[in-house]
Order: sequence, then structure tokens, then C-alpha cells
Amino acid sequence: MPEIKVTPLGAGQDVGRSCILVSIAGKNVMLDCGMHMGYNDDRRFPDFSYITQNGRLTDFLDCVIISHFHLDHCGALPYFSEMVGYDGPIYMTHPTKAICPILLEDYRKITVDKKGETNFFTSQMIKDCMKKVVAVHLHQTVQVDEELEIKAYYAGHVLGAAMFQIKVGCESVVYTVSMHSSSYRCAAWIDKCRPDLLITESTYATTIRDSKRCRERDFLKKVHETVERGGKVLIPVFALGRAQELCILLETFWERMNLKAPIYFSTGLTEKANHYYKLFITWTNQKIRKTFVQRNMFEFKHIKAFDRAFADNPGPMVVFATPGMLHAGQSLQIFRKWAGNEKNMVIMPGYCVQGTVGHKILSGQRKLEMEGRQILEVKMQVEYMSFSAHADAKGIMQLIRQAEPRNVLLVHGEAKKMEFLKQKIEQEFHVNCYMPANGETTTIFTNPSIPVDISLGLLKRETAIGLLPDAKKPKLMHGTLIMKDNSFRLVSPEQALKELGLAEHQLRFTCRVHIQDPRKEHETVLRVYNHLKGVLKDYSVQHLPDGSITVESILIQATAHSEDQGTKVLLVSWTYQDEELGSYLTSLLKKGLPQSTS
Amino acid sequence: MAAHLKKRVYEEFTKVVQVSAEGSELCRVTPQQHEDLSAKKLRLTKPSKSAALHVDLCKATSPADALQYLLQFARKPVEVESVEGVVRILLEHYYKENDASVRLKIASLLGLLSKTAGFSPDCIMDDAINTLQNEKSHQVLAQLLDTLLVIGTKLTENPSVRMRLVEVACKHLTDSSHGVRNKCLQLIGCLGPVEKGVAKEAESQAAKDVQKIIGDHFNDQDPRVRTAAIKAMLQLHERGLKLQQAIYGQACKLLADDYEQVRSAAVQLIWVLSQLYPESIVPIPSSNEEIRLVDDAFGKICHMVSDGSWVVRVQAAKLLGSMQQVSSHFLEQTLDKKLMSDLRRKRTAHERAKELYSSGEFSSGRKWGDDAPKEEIDTGAVNLIESGACGAFVHGLEDEMYEVRIAAVEALCMLAQSSPSFAEKCLDFLVDMFNDEIEEVRLQSIHTMRKISNNITLREDQLDTVLAVLEDSSRDIREALHELLCCTNVSTKEGIHLALVELLKNLTKYPTDRESIWKCLKFLGSRHPTLVLPLVPELLSTHPFFDTPEPDMDDPAYIAVLVLIFNAAKSCPTMPALFSDHTFRHYAYLRDSLSHLVPPLRLPGRKLVSSPVSPSITPHEDPSQQFLHQSLERVYNLQHLDPQGIQELLEFTIRDLQRLGELQSELAGMADFTATYLQCQLLLIKALQEKLWNVAAPLYLKQNALASAAAKQILEETYKMEFMYSGVESRQVVIIHHMRLQAKALQLIVTARTTRGVEPLFGMCEKFLQEVDSFQRCFISELPQMQGSFVDKLLDLMPRLVTSKPSEVVKILQTTLRQSTFLHLPLPERLHRASANIIEPTGESDNPLRFTSGLVVALDVDATLEHVQDPQGTVKVQVLYPDGQAQLIHPKPADFRNPGPGRHRLITQVYLSHTAWTEPCQIEVRLLLAYNSNKSKAATKIAKSTWNESLEALPQPENGIEGTIPFSKPVKVYIMPKPARR
Repeated sequence: MPEIKVTPLGAGQDVGRSCILVSIAGKNVMLDCGMHMGYNDDRRFPDFSYITQNGRLTDFLDCVIISHFHLDHCGALPYFSEMVGYDGPIYMTHPTKAICPILLEDYRKITVDKKGETNFFTSQMIKDCMKKVVAVHLHQTVQVDEELEIKAYYAGHVLGAAMFQIKVGCESVVYTVSMHSSSYRCAAWIDKCRPDLLITESTYATTIRDSKRCRERDFLKKVHETVERGGKVLIPVFALGRAQELCILLETFWERMNLKAPIYFSTGLTEKANHYYKLFITWTNQKIRKTFVQRNMFEFKHIKAFDRAFADNPGPMVVFATPGMLHAGQSLQIFRKWAGNEKNMVIMPGYCVQGTVGHKILSGQRKLEMEGRQILEVKMQVEYMSFSAHADAKGIMQLIRQAEPRNVLLVHGEAKKMEFLKQKIEQEFHVNCYMPANGETTTIFTNPSIPVDISLGLLKRETAIGLLPDAKKPKLMHGTLIMKDNSFRLVSPEQALKELGLAEHQLRFTCRVHIQDPRKEHETVLRVYNHLKGVLKDYSVQHLPDGSITVESILIQATAHSEDQGTKVLLVSWTYQDEELGSYLTSLLKKGLPQSTS
Repeated sequence: MAAHLKKRVYEEFTKVVQVSAEGSELCRVTPQQHEDLSAKKLRLTKPSKSAALHVDLCKATSPADALQYLLQFARKPVEVESVEGVVRILLEHYYKENDASVRLKIASLLGLLSKTAGFSPDCIMDDAINTLQNEKSHQVLAQLLDTLLVIGTKLTENPSVRMRLVEVACKHLTDSSHGVRNKCLQLIGCLGPVEKGVAKEAESQAAKDVQKIIGDHFNDQDPRVRTAAIKAMLQLHERGLKLQQAIYGQACKLLADDYEQVRSAAVQLIWVLSQLYPESIVPIPSSNEEIRLVDDAFGKICHMVSDGSWVVRVQAAKLLGSMQQVSSHFLEQTLDKKLMSDLRRKRTAHERAKELYSSGEFSSGRKWGDDAPKEEIDTGAVNLIESGACGAFVHGLEDEMYEVRIAAVEALCMLAQSSPSFAEKCLDFLVDMFNDEIEEVRLQSIHTMRKISNNITLREDQLDTVLAVLEDSSRDIREALHELLCCTNVSTKEGIHLALVELLKNLTKYPTDRESIWKCLKFLGSRHPTLVLPLVPELLSTHPFFDTPEPDMDDPAYIAVLVLIFNAAKSCPTMPALFSDHTFRHYAYLRDSLSHLVPPLRLPGRKLVSSPVSPSITPHEDPSQQFLHQSLERVYNLQHLDPQGIQELLEFTIRDLQRLGELQSELAGMADFTATYLQCQLLLIKALQEKLWNVAAPLYLKQNALASAAAKQILEETYKMEFMYSGVESRQVVIIHHMRLQAKALQLIVTARTTRGVEPLFGMCEKFLQEVDSFQRCFISELPQMQGSFVDKLLDLMPRLVTSKPSEVVKILQTTLRQSTFLHLPLPERLHRASANIIEPTGESDNPLRFTSGLVVALDVDATLEHVQDPQGTVKVQVLYPDGQAQLIHPKPADFRNPGPGRHRLITQVYLSHTAWTEPCQIEVRLLLAYNSNKSKAATKIAKSTWNESLEALPQPENGIEGTIPFSKPVKVYIMPKPARR
């Protein structure tokens, strides 16, 4: 029985360190290669020794696919390819390929330069690793080798995020991290490809989100009110993704409401990322794509680069600054400058880790102790807005509905939440759902259909027989199946014989039927003839001069029983091809002849 | 048959050759004769088209050649009379042709030819059907079936033809090519019998069969055929066949089809069935319950709102709006959304807002975890993928594609209009849509809200969101919002205050919105007098003890406040007591200057100026209408008064009518129209009454000047009458044209008397007679009603006129003109005079618009147009420079907006340029109404029957304008082109 095996090395009933091994029809594919943010030791990377203890990974893996540029999906890539050793192809979309090295470099800097770790991948390794990357376009079918093909689908608003369909022959797997567009459901789209297995994330398995429109409106209203009062707004952000989303939001709002207050964006990493957003405009949502005819939305009109000196400028302004949790850097500097004025506002657009300034002010602390025993009194308003890009339970269900998979496998989520979603999926779609833990292998049996070539002559001949072809109904046909050189062909028996150089053997079935009939042989034959003629109206029944009867190609002869003259023996003989009619005739004759008056 | 045909064609062909040979022989004949000859030749060459084609096709050596000939042939039109011949030739070649592509082209040509107006294709039907028999190529088959479809649609009245064609189609339904099956289904859909005569049992049997045949193809293996089958079914429905309920189940299965076009068509089919059998009961699968079909269909279509393809989503969302019979229980489910977070129930932002509102607390929004989830959810009870109506609109409104969102908003609007309780519920969602990222969606939701505003009252937090949109930079959005506020119900006085504050903010930010904001406040005030009352002291900043400074009367914001208060005071008699002295003074001023915004008030110590007409009188016994008719009767009845008397009477009546128009705005169009007509008549009479007609003309130039001026004026007025009024019917057009004809006659007479010599008169007479002739042709049906009129008499004399000399013609004209009676002008039901008002530029600015000469400056023009038909085609902007140079600008069609019936708004930019001036000077901007009498109603009566109208009747925008009528007050703009610096 053909089977698909899935083993998560990371992200199995867990979030972070996404790395899933799939073996499908003899091909091994690795989906994502991420790092875990919670660990600083060996556990931060997936355990690649599971694949092979010694030797290069290249021999064991056919390809690696990266779904998007978040570090928990691509963070271990240089380690995997350069330090463990992998030379095969790595597939990702163009935007991911562009942005991924920036993030990896940033990650490397923090780990090596700030934390002083050794034995970590180097900048050169990132570069080398990126050389192995093959970029794919959306909906482009890439042949990895002769049998394995992959295809990317648009997966939503994180720039360049994609779903991947992996296909070998008739068996296929779809892998999705279904990120969704900023404000709308249903952004991710996949055709009804009916894969054998759908591997999906389940971060928000137990959440159904409210419309983003309300949250956006609240956010914009708060910013607008503060600016109108003459206050300054600080928005601490992480460099990628959400920041661009918020920029677009504010930019459009400024445009719409004809506002004049300046918006600044702190420089550095983000600017580079903005540049890529500008380049990959087609990967963004409809609004942005539509406006592109007039201008590139990422060529911000109102948003300018920030300079440290601007923070002291009078009048209202909005500043996006990194990092997002107010724990260091520019955002903290600005925060310290503005915290004393109650007209100002800080908006935290995401979750803050405990211990950071961000977390403190969100939990309502008004007096902060800064380094050097300074006490900073926070008079400015503190707001929290959550913008999250993950699909909620409904989104996942919708995706399943669209793709109609035969099995579903959940990864990238907490076990408890997965349990709920699993139950729902099984209940509503009646498909099997799996949620393996890390290192646990799930085997899925598939029932692939096997294509067989049929010769046109045979097809035409067979369809001509009998009734008209009825769509979508199975039809019986006769032919010879030849399995040769890994291919299947259905040909007519004659051709098969010819091809194989075999002589044709006739196979005849004969059967004796005893009939109690005291009359003479030829009379019996005549009676049988009349009877058959009466029953089988559609067939040609002939009485031959030599005393035998033929029904189509079936021969019936009658002889008297050697011992008992009252019993006649009917010899029915038919070829193997006429099995159906022959057996019918015998059963008919066995019932005996009708008592005729003649 | 074929031989006979060939003979005929050759006959024609040889004939042509003969004639052309003749023509070459006779090339030295007189021009007159030659003209005759060429005309004859022209007529003869016509039917030879088929012959030429035949020759061409015979000449063709290869299929490619033949194809080329056919393509060339297809470019030229074919006359009705030669169609049949051409078809025969084509068919003959069809049988001979081996190449499928040529046969395909011939088949398509057959279809094209059958479309020829005036040609009845029944004669070629048999041949067309015969061609089907031996055809092997699927493409050609499909094309031939298409041709049959064309033939069938031309012969719809003939049931036997249709039956026959349907039979043919049924026969080919088993073809293996999807294209052929497609066409067959289309044919059956378009021609299948739909009548259900009680007597014709066989017919209804056939009708049943047609549905069954089409229904069988619902599970065809090709999605295109499936789509075609559903479309054919829909086509049958459109043609009036009642579809059977039995196909509902089949249609429901098609909703899960793999292909979007099938799903999209299936959604339509389900909708149709739900409208046909709303009340029948269908079982719910996997349970014993049963529900109404319309509810079931509604649920299914709702489910399609979250389909994978946006085309289907749009389709489904649109159709939801028209399902009004659905039970309210299902309807309200569409807005249902349950949120949860970590398996705990969460309240939506809407619910939170509502709660805050009802608890009287202000939204803090400051706490983190304000939206923290509350109660636990029973995991079994959560239904993640809702079947049926649940949350359909929630999905639709949050869709990624704005097309879906717009469709959802539209549907929401239609459903809310019919169900007040639903309107109340969907309010939160609509308000949310005001902040959509796409402008069209925002605009659409504002319009929707306006349409349902009768059923709703806005909560304060909703109002807040609505008002926030006032700052939008798009003028359309703001104005739509003002319109919305005009008809919104606000529940609290804080709400009114908030609205006023936001509107004033809007006013300071966008001063051009002045008019619109004032109008908005007018309605806001008159709708909520009791809510405004407690706000008055604050708004007027009066103080019980102290006098406050008098506000500036010219401040638009102050005017806005006053408009609100005065309109509220109209139905709140206690309010004026709160006014201070200067408020009364300002009232008097505003009542005069902005009378359309400030209502008459019953103020203490002042008499209420009674309005001219008390509103209690119903329109039936409207005295003004009666007056209008009476005065007209009077004029028409007194035919034989002495000339002086007639003149006086006309003058009085005209004066009366003009005054009436000023007083009664609803009768203004009618009164003006008749007054103009009478004015024309008066001018004509005056011109004819001059005593000096008998004197030798050249001596009395002055008198002639008067008459010719009168003729000119009458001409102008008749154009105004014809083109400036909307609602003019053909009865009036005749009279107007008649008047114009009289004016032209007068012109002719005057010219005849002033010019010496006969030569120029020849041409003029000729032209005049042509005009009489065309008048006769255009209005032949109206002529009997014009007994004793000028034209009636003229037509009697026509044979004489044609033969007589110009001087005699003039004499005859003069006498007929004097003798002719004056025609009764019937009044149409409704008549409105087109008018325009330029809002911007205001013409008040003293600052000249400076620009460098040779370059252009853009001038924003904003105008309202009323009762203009087809403004895109007719309204032009004229700019007059001080040097007399005039410039005509055609605004783009997109510059016109249509805010209401009969109203249009022109917002455009006019580019000005000029050489350098020494000092600033004023230019005039005005709006013109372009007209073209050829395009008028009279001309369209002459039906054109050309083979290919779309090719021949290409629009000619520049030549389309015959003249223009100014219909707005000119506005002066100060400009200053500076010399360019070197």
C-alpha cells in the first residue's frame, strides 16, 4: 500500500522551529527549516541527525521548501545547509529570498555580536546558503526531478508567504502556514486540488477573530485624535511585516483625511525591508495593487525617514520606531523623551514579553525605574492594539473546504488547541486528522489512481459497442493490460499477442445438458431451436443443416444418451469470449424445455 | 435548383458587363444624360454582389485564397434583396469545399447574412439544416448550429420552425465535442417551446421534454456544457417557461462543482427556483426536518458567499439582496458572528460598543485586555464552518475583494429596505464599512445607509464613526455623507451637537462644502426641533445676564448654526424666545438672502408674511394651473380680433405667464414654454403687421431690419423650445418646427424684397422648398391636425410652387403667411426647463488668476444642472476672452455626476491660456447646451435599415453640434497672463 510519511522535527504540537519531513512516493522533502525563539542551546535548531547520523543530508533529501521569511520558518537554514551540510535545492518565493538574508543576518548579529556566542553560522555562510536557493513564482510548477513537482500558491499578507503543493505522480501534499491578509478573511486561495494530505498551521485553532476593520478604525481614531490635540504618537514596531502594514494604513488615512502632521519611520533595517516591499508590490493586497496604477503605495508620500533630532521638534507627529517591546534602542529613547507629556500617546501594536518596558506600561505601571536609578513618570497615554496575521479557526476550515484534502495534519500550534480543531475537522469534513508530536511519524495510506494508456482503436471499438457512453459512470471494457517498462497499457488482445509474439490459443468451454425427451434427436434439436428462438430474440439463432444449432458463435449439438434413449444430451460449446452468453444458455437449457403441445 | 440559380446569377452578371460597356461607349454624352446613366448603372450593379462573390470563389485556388475573399466580402454590407442569392452561392461552395476553415467562415457568414434586417431566413432554413447532415468537423458543426440559432431567433413566431430546430439540436446533443453540445443547448434554451396551452397536450409534453433534455446535461462531463445547460435553463425561464421544482435538487448538487462558472450559473438557477417556489417545503438532508424552499435556497446561496472564487462570491452576494421572502430568522443569522479566543467566548467590538453605550460609560480603550474573553465555550456547540446563512454578510463585508464587499453592501441595502428590524441590526456593519479602504465601497455604504435611514436611529457611538468620515478628502464622500445626515434620525441632543461640531470642522477644512453643509443643517434642524431646543443658548452663546458680542454675519460657520436653529424653530414656537436682538436682525437678513435655507418663522411682534399659495390646496384644483389654461384658451379662441387687439392680448398673456412662472416653481417650465411660443407668435404678427410691406422694399431698410431681426429671434426661440425643455413630446415638436418654418418663410420674404436680382433667390427658394418637403416627410402623421395652418396651405399649393419663379413663390408665401391661422400648442404632462447654475468660480474674487502667458492654467468649474437630458453629450463650457475670442470646451463624460433624478452635477477643469496682457481682465465662463436638429426626435422617426448599422453610423462628435444655447448665467473670472520671463 502506498503511503505518505510525515515526521515533524519541530513545530509538532509546538510553536517555533518549524521543520517537517515528508516522504511521499519515495521522495523526501523537508518543509521549512526554522529556529526556536525560546532556546539558546542546541534545542533552538531542529535535530537534523534524525535524518542521517553520518554523511551528507543531500543524499537523503530531495528538496527543502521554505514557506515564508519568519525566523521560526527559515532561521536554521544556514546552519542546516552549511554547517550540517546540504547541497540540494532550496525553494522559496522571490520576496522570501530577498528578505530572508536580511533577517538571518540580523539574527546572527544579535546572537554572535550581542550575546557573544561562538560556533554560529557566519555572514559568508548565509551568502553561500542563499546561493542554493531556487526562487519560484506563484502558480509556477517546478519540476524538482522527473517525478517530484512543487507549486506555490499565494498565502496572504506576510510578503512572499506561500502555500506549497508537493506532488509525485497522483499523490500530493499541500503545506500551508495560511497567513492571512491584514483585514480580510479568505485571502489565501487554493484550487480544488484534493491533495492526499494537507499540512496546516493551527496557531489560532481555538480563536475566531473579529473583523479587523473595527480594530483598525480604533487605531486610526486614536492616532488622529492625538495628532489633532497636538500630541505626538509613538508606535514601537518590529522591523518587518506589521510595520509595513501599519505604515500603509496610516499613509492611506493621511491621504484620505488630508492630514498634514508628519509621520516618521526610524531608519535602518526597516528601510531596506520597505525597499523590498516596494519591489514586490504584486504580492500585496488588492488595494495596494490597485493603487499601483497611479503610484506605488510603498513610495510613501507622508512617511519620511526619522532623524534623532526630530524627536524634539514641536508640534504633532507620528513615529514608528524599533524595537517593538520598548526594551532598548530608538523606540525607548523617544519614549523617554515623550513620556512626560499627557498629550502624547504610545501605541503597542503587539505582544510584549515580561520584563520589558512595554510590558510594564501595558500592565498599568506609571512610574518606571530606568538605568541609573532614574524614575520616569509616564504621563502619556498608553494604548494597546493587537494586529495579528495568523489565520483563525474559520480561516483554516475554509482552506480545508477549498482544497478538499483526504487527510489533514496539524502542526505549529499547542496540543490542547489542536485537539479541539482536530475534533472539529473530523466532525465536519469526515476526514482523518493527525497531530504528531516532534519526532513522531505519521503514516498515511493513500489510494493513488494509476493511469493506464489505452489505444485509441480499442477505445473507439469498445465505446461503439452497447449504449452510448454515459458520463461519469464506470463502463466495462475488454482488453489486455500490458505492464512493461514501468508503464501500463491497455490494448486489444490481438495487438497484445502480436506485440508479445505469442500465438493465439482458443479456449472453449463445453457443457453437457441432459434433457428428458423421448423423441428423435432431430426433433429435439428442432424443439430446442424453437425454444431458443423464442427466448433470445435479439440474437441470431440458426439451425444448421448438420443438425446443430448456433447462437452467435455458440454451438449446440444433441445426441442420444448411450444408455437411456429417453434422455438426450445437449452439448453446448462456447469460446472464452462468449462466457456470459454461454453460461446463460446453459442455465436456460438446464431448466428444461417448455412442454409444447406439438 | 442549383443550375437554375447559376443561370440567374450569370444573367445578372452579364447584365452588369453590358451596362458598364455601354457606359464606356457613351462617355461623350451630355452631363445630364450621363448622370441618368450612372444612376441607372448604380441600380443595376447592386444585385450582382452574389455574382462577384461567385466569380471570386471560383477563382480561388487554395483554401487560403477563398478565405481571403470571404473575409473581404464580409466587410461590405449586403442589401436585403440580394441576401438570398448570396446565401445560395455560399451554400453551393460550402458543399464543394474540403477545407474546414473555409466552411467555418461560410457558416459564420450565413449567420451574419440571416441577421440582415428585413430578410426573412425561412427560405434558407432547410438548406442550413441539410448542411448539418454530412458535416464532420465539430467546429463547423458548432458554427452551423449558431447560424440556425440566428435563423431561429428571427423566426420566433413560427412554432413549427422552432420545433424543427429544437429537434435538430436534440439530435446533435450526443456529439462528442463540447462546442457542439454547447450550441445545441443554447439553441434549445432560446427556441425550446415555452407555451403551455391547455388544448395542446403535445406541446406541453414537449415542454416537459425540453426541461428534461437540458436537465440531463447538468452532469455532463465537460464543465462548459454543464454551464451551457444551466444557462439554457435560465434562458427558458426568462422566456416564460415555468421551471419544475424537481431540478432544485440537481441544482443544489451543482453548487459543489469544481468549476467556478458552473457554480456561478447554479447559484443563479437556485435563486430563480427560490423565486418560483418560495413556499414549497424541502427536507433537510440528514434530519427529519423540513423547511421552506426559499429559506433553504437562501442558506445555500449564503454558503456560496464564502466560496473560493470571487466571481461566485460576487454573484451570490448580489442575489441575496433580492430574496425578500426569506424568514427573518434566517435573515438575522446572516449577521451572526461568534468570536472566541482560546475556546472562550469573546464579545465583538460591536457588542462592546453597545454595552458601553447602554451603561453610559465612555470607551476607555486604554486598558490592555479590555477585550479579554469571558465565559468558557462548550467545545461541542461550536460550529466552525457554518452551514447555511450564518454570518454570510459578515463574510461578505470582510471579503478580500472589494467587488464582493460592494455586492454585499448592496444586498444588505435591499434586504434592510424591506425589513426594519434587519435594518436596525445591520447598522453596525454598515457603519463599519464607512471606513473601508476602497472609496467606492465607502460611497456605496453611505448611499445604502441613506436609503434605509427611515428605519433607523443612530446611536451616539455610531454617529461618531459616521461623522469621522466628514474629514475625507474626497468630495463625493463628503457630499454623500451630508445627504445622509439630511435624513438621519439622531437620538440625543449630544448627537446633534456632535454633528454640528463635526460639520463646522468640515466647513473650516473644506470651505467649498458650504452650500451642502448648510442644506444638511437645514434638514437636521427641521427633523429634530426638540433636540435642538436645549442647545440654543449654547449655540448662540447667549447669556442670561450679559450681552454677548454680536457674531460676524458673514461667517459661514455662524450662518450654519443659524440655519440649524431657524429650521428647528419652525416647528418649535418656544424657541424664538431664546433669541437675542441681533438674532432677529440676522434672521431677517438671511430670510432674504438665503431664502431656500431659512424658513418663514412666526416671530413675536412680526407679521408672518403669508406665502402666496397655501399648501392645503391639492394639485387637482390648483388655481394657478387653471389660470394657465384659461389664459391660453383665451388666446387660442380669439382668432379673429383686430390685429391690434391680438397683439395686446398676447402681450398681456405673455406678461401673466412670465409672472406665473416666477411665482409657481412647479409650473415654471410650462409657463415659460408657452410664453416663449406666444412670444414667437407675437413677433411674427408684428413683423407681418408692418404697413410698409407693399412699398418697394429697398427704401425701407429700417423696417426690413425689424422683420429680419424678428425672424432671427423666432428661429432662436424655437431652438430653445425644442432643446431646452425636458418632456417635450412629438406633438409639441411639430408645432415648434412649424413655427420655425414660418420664420424661415419670413426670412425668405424679407431677403427677396431687399436683394436685387433673381439669381441668389433661386437657391434660397430651392432650399426652402426642400425644408417644406422634409417637414412633410417627418411629420406626415401629424398633418391632419394642422388644418388651416401655414404648412397645410403651403402643401396644397406645393405643385404650383415647385414650378413657379422665385418672385411668385415669395408672393404666395407672403399671402399664405398672412392668412394662416395660429396653431394651438398642446401642453405636455410635465415640462421642465433646463437650467444651470455655476457654483464655482463664484466670480467674486478680486485676486486675478496669474499665470505665464503661453502656458495653461486650470480653472475648476463646478455647476449644477437641472433637467438636462444626456448632459454628457450636450453640455459644453464656453470661455469668452475680452478680445472676443471664444473657446468651447467639451467636458469629459466622467465629470458629470448624477446625484438625483433630473439633477446633474458638473465638476470639471477648464484650461485657460492666452498671450500676455498688460493688466488683469475678466473672462466669462458660461455653460452652453449644444443641439443638433438632425439628431432630434423628428429625425429618428425615419428608420434606417442598413445592413450593418454599427459600422455605418459611426458617431461624429464634432459635426454633431449644429448650434448652442447658453443656459446659465455667465460668471466672470479675473485672470492675468503674465509675459514669460526670459
